[in-house]
Amino acid sequence: MSARSAPPAVQVRGLVRTFTLKGVLNGIDLDIAPGEFVALLGRSGSGKSTLLRALAGIDHEADGVGEIVLPERQSVIFQDARLLPWMRVLDNVVLGLAGNDVRERGRTALAEVGLSGRERAWPHELSGGEQQRVALARALVREPKLLLADEPFGALDALTRIQMHTLLRRLSDLHDPAVLLVTHDIDEAIVLADRIVLLDQGRLAADLRVELPSAGPARQDRIAGLRRDLHRLLGVEDAPAEHRDHAAVVTTLRGQS
Amino acid sequence: MNAHSHDLQVPVEVHARTPPPPLAPITQTGRLILRQRLSPGTPARYGILLGPALLLLYWSVLSITGFLDPRILPAPWTAVGTSIELIREGRLQTNLAVSTWRAMSGLGIGVLVGAGLALLSGLSLLGGYVIDGLVQIKRGIPILALIPFMILWLGIGEAMKITLIATAVFFPVYINTHNALRAIDIRHVELAETLGLSRWQFLRRVVVPGSLPGFLTGLRFGVTSSWLALVVVEQLNATSGIGYMVTLARNYAQTDIMLVGLVVYALLGFGSDALVRHLETRLLGWRRTLGK
Ligand SMILES: Nc1ncnc2c1ncn2[C@@H]1O[C@H](COP(=O)(O)OP(=O)(O)OP(=O)(O)O)[C@@H](O)[C@H]1O
Ligand SMILES: [Mg+2]
Repeated sequence: MSARSAPPAVQVRGLVRTFTLKGVLNGIDLDIAPGEFVALLGRSGSGKSTLLRALAGIDHEADGVGEIVLPERQSVIFQDARLLPWMRVLDNVVLGLAGNDVRERGRTALAEVGLSGRERAWPHELSGGEQQRVALARALVREPKLLLADEPFGALDALTRIQMHTLLRRLSDLHDPAVLLVTHDIDEAIVLADRIVLLDQGRLAADLRVELPSAGPARQDRIAGLRRDLHRLLGVEDAPAEHRDHAAVVTTLRGQS
Repeated sequence: MNAHSHDLQVPVEVHARTPPPPLAPITQTGRLILRQRLSPGTPARYGILLGPALLLLYWSVLSITGFLDPRILPAPWTAVGTSIELIREGRLQTNLAVSTWRAMSGLGIGVLVGAGLALLSGLSLLGGYVIDGLVQIKRGIPILALIPFMILWLGIGEAMKITLIATAVFFPVYINTHNALRAIDIRHVELAETLGLSRWQFLRRVVVPGSLPGFLTGLRFGVTSSWLALVVVEQLNATSGIGYMVTLARNYAQTDIMLVGLVVYALLGFGSDALVRHLETRLLGWRRTLGK
């Protein structure tokens, strides 16, 4: 990947966040280039959500210092779709936007996530995956320069998640925002991101470029190598492929201790 | 296979090459079990009238068979006859109009003030400290205990009557709206923040719809309270209104007119409650609830 000359879209310097007597982030430095897709990995409780909420500016209850430079237009996707149940789907998508073409833009965004024709549905009439696609449309219709997502697929079933991966990758290529995706799914991070950063003990402990070859055995090798590295960094013994489900369990258990 | 490996093509050739075992034939051992439905189902349109109809039937039977002395409680058809007479004389309409006007003004003022103060105290810290504290103290005093003071301050005219009704309406509206406001999902607030909603948009799109169910509950209680307070103030001192009509009839032992008054109160209460419920179904169509 060539070094980008444009100034970074996101610039975080010396970010510290504490909750009453409990330090969570202690000195985060992070740059994200325009259009760059960064996955944030870390054990449970390592402060991933705290970092994301600090960037989103909704961490009113946390104390801290640090410098954050962000693009003006940013969107947040949460783990739950967070649609307002009293508004129809299209109204949810364009909520807070002004202008006379917003409904048209909203319709386009819904079409992009494959939900044409559902504009007038109530949120509760949609499946979980469809609701999350509405949330994606709501994020993208704002044409963000930065997309913040906190485990947006965590509550979805495996198949829907795969579809959402493809969709998110396609749409982020199309709209080209910088993306910070919080996940604790190593494979999700490898498949989606240009870069993976790892949060540990309140600091960014690793920063890996993914650089996947487009196909072939080289790609598989690269994936296996990254997975091995990440497992080691997260403190999981590298498990053979067949047992990766167990490895995921180990990750979670360790994270909680 | 692992859920997230769609792009990873993990070698699985061992399993892939093995022919799948023959499927066991599906045996039909039981019939399809439909789960017991716990929600009572979709209500019929006018099903709510069944209870009142049964009561009316019971009452009629008692009257026909003579179990019910007409001096204690006249028969339903006597009430109908008397109301027709009262309408012909014009007494029922004029008194009804006066009573309805009193109740509606009191209700209107009580709802506006109740909802307004609930918004103020729910959305601003200072408002909460000042207003909510006062309301909680005042809550301990029964409304009717205020009547002597109200008369002292406002006299015995319409102002006192409407103020008392408004006060009776204020509390249920304030308390339910305030509770609903405090229960607004913090996640929706965060969403509003990330979408950059203005204060006004936040109020209109999140706060008001989010607290609407609570407000409507308060409104229903408020409507009931307004009729209750109406009955009390009209017995106190009045020269017009349904309550006046009833008091007058009592002096002459005209049980049929007293009964008409009672029925009118019942119809007013029932009708206005139905109206609020109708409002509820119209405004809360987005909700999925057991009652649907
Ligand atoms: N509002 C809060 N008040 C007090 N402590 C908090 C608060 N929010 C988070 N924390 C603490 O901060 C730490 C980091 O939490 P955070 O939610 O950022 O973790 P995470 O990395 O997102 O974990 P997970 O993967 O489980 O979502 C946790 O130990 C948590 O207990
Ligand atoms: Mg989290």
